[in-house]
Amino acid sequence: MIHSLFLINSSGDIFLEKHWKSVVSRSVCDYFFEAQERATEAENVPPVIPTPHHYLLSVYRHKIFFVAVIQTEVPPLFVIEFLHRVVDTFQDYFGVCSEPVIKDNVVVVYEVLEEMLDNGFPLATESNILKELIKPPTILRTVVNTITGSTNVGDQLPTGQLSVVPWRRTGVKYTNNEAYFDVVEEIDAIIDKSGSTVTAEIQGVIDACVKLTGMPDLTLSFMNPRLLDDVSFHPCVRFKRWESERILSFIPPDGNFRLLSYHVSAQNLVAIPVYVKHSINFRDSSSLGRFEITVGPKQTMGKTIEGVIVTSQMPKGVLNMSLTPSQGTHTFDPVTKMLSWDVGKINPQKLPSLKGTTSLQAGASKPDENPTINLQFKIQQLAISGLKVNRLDMYGEKYKPFKGIKYMTKAGKFQVRT
Amino acid sequence: MTDSKYFTTTKKGEIFELKAELNSDKKEKKKEAVKKVIASMTVGKDVSALFPDVVNCMQTDNLELKKLVYLYLMNYAKSQPDMAIMAVNTFVKDCEDPNPLIRALAVRTMGCIRVDKITEYLCEPLRKCLKDEDPYVRKTAAVCVAKLHDINAQLVEDQGFLDTLKDLISDSNPMVVANAVAALSEIAESHPSSNLLDLNPQSINKLLTALNECTEWGQIFILDCLANYMPKDDREAQSICERVTPRLSHANSAVVLSAVKVLMKFMEMLSKDLDYYGTLLKKLAPPLVTLLSAEPELQYVALRNINLIVQKRPEILKHEMKVFFVKYNDPIYVKLEKLDIMIRLASQANIAQVLAELKEYATEVDVDFVRKAVRAIGRCAIKVEQSAERCVSTLLDLIQTKVNYVVQEAIVVIKDIFRKYPNKYESVIATLCENLDSLDEPEARAAMIWIVGEYAERIDNADELLESFLEGFHDESTQVQLQLLTAIVKLFLKKPTETQELVQQVLSLATQDSDNPDLRDRGYIYWRLLSTDPVAAKEVVLAEKPLISEETDLIEPTLLDELICYIGTLASVYHKPPSAFVEGGRGVVHKSLPPRTASSESTESPETAPAGAPSGDQPDVIPAQGDLLGDLLNLDLGPPVSGPPLAASSIQMGAVDLLGGGLDSLMGDEPEGIGDTNFGVPPAAAAAPARLGAPISSGLSDLFDLTSGVGTLSGSYVAPKAVWLPAMKAKGLEISGTFTRQVGSISMDLQLTNKALQVMTDFAIQFNRNSFGLAPAAPLQVHAPLSPNQTVEISLPLNTVGSVMKMEPLNNLQVAVKNNIDVFYFSTLYPLHVLFVEDGKMDRQMFLATWKDIPNENEAQFQIRDCPLNTEAASGKLQSSNIFTIAKRNVEGQDMLYQSLKLTNGIWVLAELRIQPGNPSFMDLELSLKCRAPEVSQHVYQAYETILKN
Repeated sequence: MIHSLFLINSSGDIFLEKHWKSVVSRSVCDYFFEAQERATEAENVPPVIPTPHHYLLSVYRHKIFFVAVIQTEVPPLFVIEFLHRVVDTFQDYFGVCSEPVIKDNVVVVYEVLEEMLDNGFPLATESNILKELIKPPTILRTVVNTITGSTNVGDQLPTGQLSVVPWRRTGVKYTNNEAYFDVVEEIDAIIDKSGSTVTAEIQGVIDACVKLTGMPDLTLSFMNPRLLDDVSFHPCVRFKRWESERILSFIPPDGNFRLLSYHVSAQNLVAIPVYVKHSINFRDSSSLGRFEITVGPKQTMGKTIEGVIVTSQMPKGVLNMSLTPSQGTHTFDPVTKMLSWDVGKINPQKLPSLKGTTSLQAGASKPDENPTINLQFKIQQLAISGLKVNRLDMYGEKYKPFKGIKYMTKAGKFQVRT
Repeated sequence: MTDSKYFTTTKKGEIFELKAELNSDKKEKKKEAVKKVIASMTVGKDVSALFPDVVNCMQTDNLELKKLVYLYLMNYAKSQPDMAIMAVNTFVKDCEDPNPLIRALAVRTMGCIRVDKITEYLCEPLRKCLKDEDPYVRKTAAVCVAKLHDINAQLVEDQGFLDTLKDLISDSNPMVVANAVAALSEIAESHPSSNLLDLNPQSINKLLTALNECTEWGQIFILDCLANYMPKDDREAQSICERVTPRLSHANSAVVLSAVKVLMKFMEMLSKDLDYYGTLLKKLAPPLVTLLSAEPELQYVALRNINLIVQKRPEILKHEMKVFFVKYNDPIYVKLEKLDIMIRLASQANIAQVLAELKEYATEVDVDFVRKAVRAIGRCAIKVEQSAERCVSTLLDLIQTKVNYVVQEAIVVIKDIFRKYPNKYESVIATLCENLDSLDEPEARAAMIWIVGEYAERIDNADELLESFLEGFHDESTQVQLQLLTAIVKLFLKKPTETQELVQQVLSLATQDSDNPDLRDRGYIYWRLLSTDPVAAKEVVLAEKPLISEETDLIEPTLLDELICYIGTLASVYHKPPSAFVEGGRGVVHKSLPPRTASSESTESPETAPAGAPSGDQPDVIPAQGDLLGDLLNLDLGPPVSGPPLAASSIQMGAVDLLGGGLDSLMGDEPEGIGDTNFGVPPAAAAAPARLGAPISSGLSDLFDLTSGVGTLSGSYVAPKAVWLPAMKAKGLEISGTFTRQVGSISMDLQLTNKALQVMTDFAIQFNRNSFGLAPAAPLQVHAPLSPNQTVEISLPLNTVGSVMKMEPLNNLQVAVKNNIDVFYFSTLYPLHVLFVEDGKMDRQMFLATWKDIPNENEAQFQIRDCPLNTEAASGKLQSSNIFTIAKRNVEGQDMLYQSLKLTNGIWVLAELRIQPGNPSFMDLELSLKCRAPEVSQHVYQAYETILKN
């Protein structure tokens, strides 16, 4: 099982170590540093590194490497999933997950890690339970603790840990009972030069924020459940009911959680809400190359596209770009060669465009590769797959909850080749 | 106010200050101080000096303070074992606390303190906690058993905790079940032969019930455990599959992959005509695709596994090509894996799409990726014949880009395409020739030269082209030199008139001015061929070449089947069986896919169902002594070792005579090898001299064989040869072997096989220092080079006068073998009975005295299971391996044999073997061993077991 955990920052310092079994010397990380050196960028460090006596499995998030050390045959996905869970927990506890924050809260971090694993076996990874065991730090609590001498470690056995619904604590009380569901869809797509879709798929999630008193039993049904043929559920969802009736039936955890995630595959036709018209060419150093990008709406079902950001990694040979946007702001970083254009909203009457010239370094030959354009955008009140919630019902409790459902479509990995 | 303040104190009197604070009366101050101590500990500062002061803070009602002190204790108890005892009482008291959280916390922490003295005190509280009324305590205690086992395995077995743990599998709480399974799996990993997780339909049913209700991590443990079960027929397999399928929709990718493993394995038992089989196939695709939308690290592991799944059952993902298309900002490790899978999925139906993508990738920034993409185009051409033309034109387009590394890579692949489809695409040669000057990598140059030589008759200026390469002949790498030599000879044979000068030049360069023996040999062969019989030369050099195989990179089927059983594990990431990389001398349980039971009839007729079962019921447990490399046998790509080695080598003695005359006639038959690199010495010619080393030793052992045939007791049991060094780990050299002892001399019988395309020479062997000073008594004699696909048998005499170093395990032998290619290392375990000397019979009186003299702690007891031997047979078997029976007694129907043996280094081992003759239901033998060096007992026991069971 998981032996030890090392947290390493981008400059290669180990700033936290935690051992669940015997202590593993931090020199084991030397193998990691070697691999890190070989990989040009932090993202490219391979996640599984063998060493003579151990295996190092790592994830890279928030500019921190979380490196787990294992000694025996352990499913690597189990370890990696767990590491991601650790990061999520930190984020949940401290708002952000960064080196200074972790150092600021090192005692809580240590306590949390101790609760998450026992001898390398996962113990409590549900945020609900953890928070009952170890209360997250807040300014108020720190002040109260200093004055009254109370602690942020709970002294009650988290009851949920033993019940049949381990994800929910008992005795929850709210004055306003509310349940909100966000249907968020991300489009991953590759669009080729000519504008036709190479591949497009939708990754959707339904995130919930449920603040309901007692033990509510919810059912959620869809207008078109047929769309959901590839779904992953939160453990609270009763799978049998879904299989037979295509209805989500569950006792929700308290607070924020992800009810389900789904995937609409490349085989279904996926509507692409934007298009990019581009004309990018480079000339040898003597003259200037031309650069022009226009962004426009396509199948948006009448909704506005907002929060549009266009980024593109220019070839190394590009020295500078002089561009004028018709709206929004743009930057070009001559060091990283990253072009970024914050477009904002797209007005279908007046399409935003970015025009200008590019100049290459003196003596540099025409670049071999074409830059790929990365697109980010948001569309409110639309689930691009067409998924719609039909109704939400509550059983088991008497009060009438307030219910809300929001839809949003975002760009995931949306790439346009030029 | 944040915790960062704990890090800031670095001044000198820090420890002293903390000490004062820890002993303060104020609770608050104490707690702050402990926090500071923990913070220092986290960043690796040594605060062990504060041990007594921190332990003093332990008696508190404050839960946080208690936890902090526990944290500290776990870290430092090891270095301060005497101090740690002070904490025991508090622990024992806490284990009785009314609050289950405290009880669990105490038992949990105690298990983490890796101090022998403490573990003794742990047993009682642990026993109580395992039966606690609160499931939370029980589940924590289950894990604690695994911890304790890690510290002191014997203690756990003696105290009967393993049985209690097994009982917990039937616990009412799913979380307890999951933890019990996890703990048992971990313990089982260090005891591969023990039958801890004895799965039967009832326990499987319990696990399946718990599966639905336990946490995601528990589900992983249970699924991995289920995967080891062997259903008795296809009906049971199907019902398990049905209950596991819902896990495919779990949000945790590890659960999904473990479920995939169970399904992939049990699917093997289902009939393909079954409707359910098709449904299952359909259900497998979406979760696998979903794994690819997760974080890149998860994607990587998923892709490595999908790579296996695609090879085993391509039908699952055949329509999902698009999800493997590469995004430009994927990490490189994801990109390369996706590319590999794309090629595996490429078919006539989707080849157009794939090629368009590959072409796109070939213009990316990352050089490694671009190269691999270009290679992929070549692999597509070879895999999908209909697409070859399109691939070639794509490659030509890429060559037009003139990007240096793209061009070089393209030329290397085009060479392969020529090999696959000869005389089809020669029209492109002109384009290739234009790029001759830009090639600077050996592989690309060699490929280009091969093309020029192969198609010399169609290239007008072939001689000029080759001549231009010849100028810098000595600066070229060997690969290019060899290729150039062959190409010019080909040219000469095709156009003899204009190129005589050129060929003479290259032959003299190769034979006279080169230090490289391969090059010289090849040069001489060509020279003699050309001067004696040009017609024969033509037949040899211009012989028709075999087509290259379609998919050279497929994983070999038996290995693939084994790897399918390891989906989701490290083995699946490395595409190697765990035995190839798992550390230590532990045997590894060998997994194999279940056999497909006959379809519907098998369930109807009871006779056929058990037919498939026995092979499943007994997993291939290789006895620990069979060594960790033993199960690499499965990897053996070549034909099985045929016949006893002795017989084989005596036949080959006769072959020596053939040496003289056979050479010329044999050479003509030898086609030009794959890849043109194995030109060195034709295998047939080399084969005979290679045996030269064998006759002496094999002649000797033949004599011994005779004597043993008469019935005297010489020659101990010889294990069959096992593969010690697989070819894939040693650049094509495969070594298998075994150890023998005959009339007082130990030898290591080796079998070297060359599975590379290159001749191997200059063999030498060396041993690392080992426990019994084993060392080669003579150098490794392989008299002639070992040609491709040739095998040579050698018996290497050993002595025990080498330098001694204690190894772990004791009978571990690390060996280095050198040849002209490289030095390879492997380690093997030798059976201890080769070290049992002939004068190991102890005097009766002496035996009694020694038996009493050796303290009882040194006595080790073992059971040899399922060994239906009578006393005489056992005694005879053992005697032939130099284990001597000194006395025999019959006590209450049991035969007691008193035996002695002596090791080469003079250590005596005394044994008492208890046999129950005439009781067929009880076939276990009991063995007690006494020895002054108790560490050998385990290995002596293994020797006993091996001898008696064979």
